[in-house]
Amino acid sequence: MIVRILGEGQFDIDDAATTELNRLDTELEAAVNRNDTAAFTAALQGLLDQVRAQGSPLPVDTLEESDLILPPPDASMDEVRRMLTDEGLIPG
Amino acid sequence: MGVMKRVQLVFKAKANKALDKMEDPRETLDYSYQRQLELLTKVRRGVADVATSRKRVELQMNQLQQQANKLEDQARKALGMGREDLARAALERKASAQSQLNDLQAQYAQLQAEEEKLTVASQRLQAKVDAFRTRKETIKATYTAAEAQTRINEAFTGISEEMGDVGMAIQRAEDKTAQMQARAGAIDELMASGALDDAVGGDRRDDIQSELDMMSAGSDVERELSRLKGEITAGAPKQLEGGANGNSQAAPQTPQSQGQGTQYAPPPPEQGQGTQPTQQAQPVPASDLPAEPQDREGS
Repeated sequence: MIVRILGEGQFDIDDAATTELNRLDTELEAAVNRNDTAAFTAALQGLLDQVRAQGSPLPVDTLEESDLILPPPDASMDEVRRMLTDEGLIPG
Repeated sequence: MGVMKRVQLVFKAKANKALDKMEDPRETLDYSYQRQLELLTKVRRGVADVATSRKRVELQMNQLQQQANKLEDQARKALGMGREDLARAALERKASAQSQLNDLQAQYAQLQAEEEKLTVASQRLQAKVDAFRTRKETIKATYTAAEAQTRINEAFTGISEEMGDVGMAIQRAEDKTAQMQARAGAIDELMASGALDDAVGGDRRDDIQSELDMMSAGSDVERELSRLKGEITAGAPKQLEGGANGNSQAAPQTPQSQGQGTQYAPPPPEQGQGTQPTQQAQPVPASDLPAEPQDREGS
């Protein structure tokens, strides 16, 4: 499975690692929903660490689509919220 | 559905929308390639913009550092002259400059990180654009409508995701740079207002430096004065006028002037000098002056 960390690049991750990723991702989403900055920061950090530790970076010249995309490490909760909508941060 | 998937779907939706606009799939390739080149230019310009901001902050940091050094010198001089009040004022101003400096150092580090991020993003995009161009040519050369659509879509979605990523990185860097420029502007204003300034740079003359100047000008005046008095006894009245006028402004305020007037001299045209009687001035006639200065002048 291919995961992109925005601003950092793409990683190839073994499917076995996805359970932990999904757990952290659920936490992240919950934190965004209840506006909990501390939990948000912890969950995002955990996710990114997990991807970097478990995944191997894809060569830069591949043109593969990612299965999952993660916000950059210094993203604020507000930025992430806007990334979740079509109107948001992602340039068309 | 978690955050990771939702963000991915937003990216994908954008790519699909762009794909749907094209009638001929081959057109998609060329159009996309054009946009990739534009984005490459944009990200390189982004790197240059951030570098410009970083240099501006660096310049301000240097100015503030000089300021802090100068203020510390002033404090040292003031203490040497027994003026603890002035030294304290200079150190307070130095603390203010120092805190601005710390703030700028943090900004500088952020801009540097942003610059690195964009540089890496631009290299990554370049690699992908090259790969895309190769694939584009292959697809066009072996074009058969049946398989082309899928291959084009794959290539397009892959690069389009990268473009979205880089585009976002540029946007974030621009936002950060704009914030920092606003703060850099505020610091420029602060420096221009003289709040952190000394006598040399600002519009407003710095009071600490003025007092220090006045105090040391005072002792200069006395030194000049005794030199001129020596010359008078050697019979050089012309030089007296020039010298006395040149130093007259600072003389009245100097308390040190009293102890040094051991030689007789005609009172200069200014009131100030005359109002400070020197202990031995009146009773000592010119002929009793120490011989040493005359000897030096004569030889």
